Amino acid sequence: MNTQINIAGVTFKNPVMTASGTFGSGMEYAEFVDLNRLGAVVTKGVANVPWPGNPTPRVAEVYGGMLNAIGLQNPGVDVMIERDLPFLKDFDTRVIVNVCGKSTQDYVDVVEKLSDQPVDMLEINVSCPNVKEGGIAFGQNPDALYDITKEIKKHAKQPIIMKLSPNVTSISEMAKAAEAAGSDAISLINTITGMKIDIYRRKFAIANKTGGLSGPAIKPVAVRMVYEASHAVKIPVIGMGGIATAEDAIEFIMAGATGIAVGAMNFHDPYATIKVVEGIERFMEEQGIEDINDIRGCV
Amino acid sequence: MAKKKKITARVVSQKVLAEGVMDLCIETNLAEDAKPGQFVGIFPKNAATLLPRPISICGYDKEKGTLRIVYRIAGTGTAEFSLYKQGDSVQVLGVLGNGFPLDKAEGKKVLIIGGGIGVPPLLGLAKELKSLGKASEIAMVMGYRDSETFLADEFGDQGSLYIATEDGSVGTKGNVIDACRENGIKADVIYACGPMPMLKGVKNFAAEIGAKAYLSLEERMACGVGACLGCICKTKNVDEHSHVNNARICTDGPVFDADDLEL
Repeated sequence: MNTQINIAGVTFKNPVMTASGTFGSGMEYAEFVDLNRLGAVVTKGVANVPWPGNPTPRVAEVYGGMLNAIGLQNPGVDVMIERDLPFLKDFDTRVIVNVCGKSTQDYVDVVEKLSDQPVDMLEINVSCPNVKEGGIAFGQNPDALYDITKEIKKHAKQPIIMKLSPNVTSISEMAKAAEAAGSDAISLINTITGMKIDIYRRKFAIANKTGGLSGPAIKPVAVRMVYEASHAVKIPVIGMGGIATAEDAIEFIMAGATGIAVGAMNFHDPYATIKVVEGIERFMEEQGIEDINDIRGCV
Repeated sequence: MAKKKKITARVVSQKVLAEGVMDLCIETNLAEDAKPGQFVGIFPKNAATLLPRPISICGYDKEKGTLRIVYRIAGTGTAEFSLYKQGDSVQVLGVLGNGFPLDKAEGKKVLIIGGGIGVPPLLGLAKELKSLGKASEIAMVMGYRDSETFLADEFGDQGSLYIATEDGSVGTKGNVIDACRENGIKADVIYACGPMPMLKGVKNFAAEIGAKAYLSLEERMACGVGACLGCICKTKNVDEHSHVNNARICTDGPVFDADDLEL
């Protein structure tokens, strides 16, 4: 049975990754999960300098999911290089660093600092809905997405994955813009902008007013967008959004995803990633699937 | 520190302590590692829910392998927990957080201050401090809304207890700081847990009487294990982990030295 996949020349032992922001840099979950079993660890977004993030409350539960507006709090790329990457280097898994910034130069600075680091791929976050500058500003307009992709691609030593926002009219158009600018792969979906109001306190549940919706509630939207995006471009697609089980992961793969990521479900079950890895193997065995690549986009 | 786990525990018993306040005892090997001031994440079975409910540990029996969890019914998750009966299974993530720094009590006059649903974790602390016998003196001040002074009898067994109630039905009418003043309570070390306005009051009171204060904070949490950065508090100095002035309540706390916090 083959679960190995290939994205832009990088091979992964299986398609299961962690969604950025839900797994730290792997250290916290290494207590629960053998990181060696994962296809890749995708880190929390990192900028050129430390970011303090948003005020609290930053998270709220909603029916079938949660809202978050962490605001990309991160210790800066230098700390990631000193502390997190040496930790991850010792595991037999791929390392994908998620990169965020306020300006194109910020992204370029991070990408350049990571050029000689033990990092397999770079995921470029142009889709965080919770910061005012940067991020989403690049991710909701195909021309802006094209320009920043092109610029980052010029400086990146590792293959890049543009992470797309679902908060757009046409995901296909965004996927095409990333591909046209030379992105090696795309990942989607980031969270869907949402809001919750505490009716007894007459206040927003999240200090930022809006937050990104994740969890099982968003899965059908994510599957649809992965399907559309993977049919619009030839570059590989990493699918995510509400994946809770191996069955969910298979759904994304059948929709066209090469890799998949487990996000908010890590909070519900710290062993979720491993259960998805094992569940995919079990499904393949039951269904007589010899190669995971055979079922990609089979619908 | 003991390894964190998500496990299935069994309900040993559950009873109503006060209106909307439940006293739950669960059997789990997490009890082996529990310390006063730590907490657990309890997952509702309702499939529409995702996140663990962070609830403090009120007490534990390491021989029997049980944890005592006293919580207020505050929403759908805790409403579900309140229906659990003996023998029911419970999904628990734990043990989380660092607990109260017990060594700070060595030879000191200790004051334990609790308010509302911040009261339960302090019972475990009071019992532990009493059995360790490190503190030279232990006084306790607990604040409640009204005459439903849950756990007060058990605090009373640990040393001198003072009560404050908002409606004045028991003890001092007012808040816990009013009760401290009314009774002329002094201390070298204060341990406190309760709502943010109370913790701010405790911090100021500690500065006033020249005591060190250790405050247990509460915040909306997601992962509970330090990964998501949902439950941060503002720190005076740049935090070692975050490299900004934010510490994670779930893993760096929930108990902090008041001097390190910007409340």
